[in-house]
Amino acid sequence: MKLIFELSAEGREGASLPELDVPEQDLGIPETELRSEIPLPEVSEVDVVRHYTALSRMNFGVDSGFYPLGSCTMKYNPKVNEVIAGLPGFKSAHPYQPEELSQGCLQVIYELSRDLAEITGMDAFTLQPAAGAQGELTGLMMAKAYFKRRGENRKKVLVPDSAHGTNPASAALCGYEVVEIPSDPRGGVDMVELKGKATEDVAALMLTNPNTLGLFEENILEISDIVHGNGGLMYCDGANMNAILGIAKPGDMGFDIVHLNLHKTFSAPHGGGGPGSGPVGVKERLARFLPKPVVQKNGGRYFLDYDRPESIGRVKAFYGNFSVLVKAYAYIRALGPEGLKEVAENAVLNANYVMRKLEGAYELPYDRVCKHEFVLSGKRQLDFGVHAMDIAKRLIDYGFHPPTVYFPLIVKEAIMIEPTETEGKETLDSFVEAMLKIAEEAEKEPELLRNAPKTTPTTRLDALTAARKPNLRWKER
Amino acid sequence: MRFVVNTDKERREMMDSIGIGSVQELFKDIDEEILLKRPLNLQRPLSEQELLEAFSEISGKNADTERYKCFLGAGAYDHFIPSVVPCLVGRSEFYTAYTPYQAEASQGMLQAIYEFQTLICQLTGMDVCNASLYDGASALAEAAIMASNVSRRGEVIASSTIHPEYREVVKTYVENRGLEFREVGWEDGVTSVTELAKEVSDKTSAVLVQNPNFFGNLEDLDEVGKIAHEKKALFVVCVVEPTSLGLLKAPGEFGADIAAGEGQSLGNSVSFGGPHLGFLAARQEFLQKMPGRLVGMTTDTEGRRGFVMTLQAREQHVRREKATSNICSNQALNALAATVYLAALGRRGFRKLSTLNAQKARYLRSRVLELKGFEARFEKPYYNEFVVRCPIDPRKINEELTKRSILGGLPVGRFYRGLEDCWLLCATEKSARKDIDLLIETLRGICG
Repeated sequence: MKLIFELSAEGREGASLPELDVPEQDLGIPETELRSEIPLPEVSEVDVVRHYTALSRMNFGVDSGFYPLGSCTMKYNPKVNEVIAGLPGFKSAHPYQPEELSQGCLQVIYELSRDLAEITGMDAFTLQPAAGAQGELTGLMMAKAYFKRRGENRKKVLVPDSAHGTNPASAALCGYEVVEIPSDPRGGVDMVELKGKATEDVAALMLTNPNTLGLFEENILEISDIVHGNGGLMYCDGANMNAILGIAKPGDMGFDIVHLNLHKTFSAPHGGGGPGSGPVGVKERLARFLPKPVVQKNGGRYFLDYDRPESIGRVKAFYGNFSVLVKAYAYIRALGPEGLKEVAENAVLNANYVMRKLEGAYELPYDRVCKHEFVLSGKRQLDFGVHAMDIAKRLIDYGFHPPTVYFPLIVKEAIMIEPTETEGKETLDSFVEAMLKIAEEAEKEPELLRNAPKTTPTTRLDALTAARKPNLRWKER
Repeated sequence: MRFVVNTDKERREMMDSIGIGSVQELFKDIDEEILLKRPLNLQRPLSEQELLEAFSEISGKNADTERYKCFLGAGAYDHFIPSVVPCLVGRSEFYTAYTPYQAEASQGMLQAIYEFQTLICQLTGMDVCNASLYDGASALAEAAIMASNVSRRGEVIASSTIHPEYREVVKTYVENRGLEFREVGWEDGVTSVTELAKEVSDKTSAVLVQNPNFFGNLEDLDEVGKIAHEKKALFVVCVVEPTSLGLLKAPGEFGADIAAGEGQSLGNSVSFGGPHLGFLAARQEFLQKMPGRLVGMTTDTEGRRGFVMTLQAREQHVRREKATSNICSNQALNALAATVYLAALGRRGFRKLSTLNAQKARYLRSRVLELKGFEARFEKPYYNEFVVRCPIDPRKINEELTKRSILGGLPVGRFYRGLEDCWLLCATEKSARKDIDLLIETLRGICG
């Protein structure tokens, strides 16, 4: 495939701009401040359309097919949400237009915050963070402000070894020392280790529940007691809320802070990597530290409250990834309480169904009821010289997006499968069939896997050379 | 609405296959004490039709730049978006995909991001660019932290002419990281270089400056860069209105070490402040310290060109607490919009667009200054925004303007003490002469 730059032909234009309808003036910008050349491509509108349409056809989305990418909750993204987010009053509202003329936007923020608080069992929310990782950072900043106000200087954050990489990275970015907690043989937090490490200099335990193995932390209440017992806070990475919507609330489990990924649980599309949205909810004692502004309601009028002297400040300009918020709120309104609970039940049923179908052919390291996802190990297939990555690539040839592989780090040759609730039994069965066939192929024709995929625009790519001799931009020869 | 697929019969079959009698059995690992005993307290579900009605009503309470004539900028710019942008970005193969972890199934997005990285390098005059960050403000914060990682120094100095909300974000990030944040003042609408020269020392990791700055004025980047580099601090240029780069010399040409900024203007709607598009571009030597994803070109086993995410050893999923940043999800779809936009406008179109913005702003400014009581606040070169002094409180003016479906400029007193009578106005290629003339007539009525 050519690059857009290689389609360039001098003199071509792909957009029509209005003629200047005002008297031309001297710009009054010194020559030394002006540039002589803008080296952009020159292509026609048709060139642009064909080029990016061709690229889109080299990309696999949820609308293309089953996408069981563990930990990413690749559920169907309702079309109506795109229509709603595209309404002019949302899409074309300026963030600094007067409050009186932004009542609809502020209403969305206010009501979504209220509903997320109800869903998670928290008291107050900020919708400012642009993604889960920024939500984590925001939550930890609030924890830091909380301890500072109490005159405590706690230096550590505990993170299980099964956690997303963003957890330790966010803690470090927030100036904390990261202490890793190993998992126990059942896939939960090792309680002995936790008791030893949850000391009085620990600010928070960051816990994903259900965790990245797809398992619910059975000892969650005891874990909370241990951390709280030493004055620490409980942080919930809510990336996996899909399993417990309407079933259980982080707030009832002892969590003080929770972030959500609206682009996972709440159906907003992932956009090929973003935009996401990572709202953070807190218990009352932390509410004073929320980023500003906070949307409040006075009588029938919504307003932006900037008068928050103990706020951590800001993590983003304006008020968050607003159009993602609109989609998430529309989703909640469409489903209602019954619908959300049905999401969790079906997500969990689907995951358990596929897990039980595959446990014969693949190693299942944690043989328990799973939640929204489960993790297999490709250990057995290693005997045939086949890796988890080979299994993943072969799935592409069968028309499926691969699961997450090599994560969580604590499972050797991890294959992490999250079907979500928006897949039917037929789809699940055909995926199972492909996985079983692949297990057979691994044994009999391992080359098929090692050389996969064969049906894609490119075969396997040389990542090593890409890293050794980085070519990160096109340059005119 | 519901998007669950399986029928009761299918669910029954699945439960039989697992060997359970009810779905509840799948939640028996959750302590009885925390199992929710009541339905969530949320509004009843809505049909698609009801949903659309409900949200149309909510969105109808907002002003929008389609019904209102917009002279408001200040970090979110009302530009025309060619139809090709939403049409192509709306291809569901792009927008319903996740991060391109599986390269062979994601070549489309990977190549588009590679093109985006190239285009931003072309605009900013830098060597390398990442695959996007959340927004301009957090991109500037990441730049500040990156600079302190490069220089191993603990102090960040920002000009007070940087967007106030950007400064707040940088301060929040930097101080939580354990670094010091300081601001330097301004004079005549630009960074005070005398103050800056006094402040910058061998403890300074980075000097942050915005161009055009929050007041719309062009900074003396040569001088600011010289002051930073004399003390071996990194020179970070923030670009909030990237259409200015069709006319203005690129940050790279001024010797910037990092160019961080906001790409909303490039084909992304204002959307009440987000999602917008952060970017961070740098000189080659700082590549390994860059935050965020990078896409690189490589070849497949047949020798064909292809693209992968690369240099991931900088990132959180590999390096965990030692990563250069915690970022995972970025703004890929907004980066795609910018890519399509820049491709469509191209070399000539983009130049013309910049010129239109600058010319409209000059017409707007000269017409406003014809009005009694309005005065120029600064006399500096500018791009498409500028500050004027008003005869009455600019908030009052805006209130009156909204009655004529006009969104007036930003009352600068919201962010700067002593500038309560000042108004930050913006013109873009969308500002038709008749709309500007209507604004002028309306202002005459309000202030005359």
